[in-house]
Amino acid sequence: MSERAPVTDWVNDFDHTDPRWTENPYPIWDELRSASPLVHTDRFLGCYMPTTFAAVKEISYDTDHFSSRRVIVRNVRSESPPPAPPITSDPPEHKPAKRLLLPPFTPDAVAKLEPRVRAICNELIDAFIEDDGCDAATAYTKHIPVKTICHMLGIPEDDSDIFIRWIHEILELGINDDAILMKAVFEMSTYFQGHIAHRKQKPTDDLISTLMNARDDKGQPLSDAHVLGSLRLLLIAGIDTTWSAIGAALWHLATHPADRERLLAEPELMPTAIEEFLRAYSPVTMAREVMKETSIAGCPVKPGNMVLLSFPAANRDPSVFPEADRVMIDRKENPHVAFGLGIHRCVGSNLARMEMTVAIEEWLKRIASFRLDPSQKVRWSEGTVRGPRSLPLLFGKPS
Amino acid sequence: MSDHLNASETLKIHVDQDKCQGHARCKALAPELFELDDYGNAHETGDGTVPTALIDQAWLAKSNCPENAIVIDEA
Ligand code: SF4
Repeated sequence: MSERAPVTDWVNDFDHTDPRWTENPYPIWDELRSASPLVHTDRFLGCYMPTTFAAVKEISYDTDHFSSRRVIVRNVRSESPPPAPPITSDPPEHKPAKRLLLPPFTPDAVAKLEPRVRAICNELIDAFIEDDGCDAATAYTKHIPVKTICHMLGIPEDDSDIFIRWIHEILELGINDDAILMKAVFEMSTYFQGHIAHRKQKPTDDLISTLMNARDDKGQPLSDAHVLGSLRLLLIAGIDTTWSAIGAALWHLATHPADRERLLAEPELMPTAIEEFLRAYSPVTMAREVMKETSIAGCPVKPGNMVLLSFPAANRDPSVFPEADRVMIDRKENPHVAFGLGIHRCVGSNLARMEMTVAIEEWLKRIASFRLDPSQKVRWSEGTVRGPRSLPLLFGKPS
Repeated sequence: MSDHLNASETLKIHVDQDKCQGHARCKALAPELFELDDYGNAHETGDGTVPTALIDQAWLAKSNCPENAIVIDEA
């Protein structure tokens, strides 16, 4: 990591990769929100951050002034960022690119994957159930989404560790180091090119073949580059996001025994609990680039700057969510934006919800009582996706 | 004031297609009132009339739609 000046003025000089932010961003967001609905920092070559639900909404719906071509706020800005359609697409290219990906991710399509996900969770639990505890991030949450997406794409689950390394290089190390990012992107493309070539010889019925067989609105097959970009997106977007969401939910249940016991006694609360975990611990912050001068919540914004489009901060806005900092597993009205808003709504949201629900249900079935291991530290990730990267737990009640 | 309470309780629900982005919250909360198409976008079932037994669910779906895409008309 490069040496960065520590933050002394959060409102005018914020840094979302500062260790204090990574550890506990909520009081910082409150401070920013009470200062302004839109704050700015000169760091990261100039970056805004909306702090209210309303300001996040305004930006999400304004595809005229804000582009998605760069979706990560970084210290370097390459001229041509590697595209991953449709997340990096703007209108009018966005809609056809997204429509191709939607059918395999509807609630019905996703429900078909549920048995495999339950089996994955139980195979993982089998490996540590006899122990006194485990690092739930490295032994459990990390593997569920990656194995699920391998299953969908029709690629070997054994390659999971390579994918996890690429994602770490792209989403975390890449914030400061272009070379690491480009190398990971290159390796990933080479990997998928191999699978595409293979399927040209021998078609399969997995998601890679679905994309290769897809036709655009003019009836033409997608270019290999488009297929590769979308595969890159599915892999990058589908893994540490869900891993983080499951991890944060387990962290909550480990640190809030009353909620854990209530969920065990009233399993019918699972749907509202999952939505509430998604709201309170939303893992994903996307970015936009300002393309034209405009204003947001009355504040002028200048082209060339980036925007940290913080869905997590919007979800903690007390003007929309009463007692926003309290986690209520039976919260009924919860129009949270953990999966984004507008045309870029996360294509994998139904899959993520299913994986989260299954992961928590299967865990609670087999490990009803657990708590943080006080002798070790919980470590949270940095940057675009927030979630526990180490989550040391002890099983059973304290003796 | 009319004393025809039933008349004032007829609700019609409608999904604004320009706003819906397929979050599927409505379908999860009120499965009888919404259908999803092949792309996961929602529309109301039938003509959108909400049976009395499902009125609470209709409001619940509306208040959970992140895109504000659900319109309820009180006829
Ligand atoms: S919750 Fe709203 S956005 Fe989502 S499918 Fe229903 S109407 Fe559409």
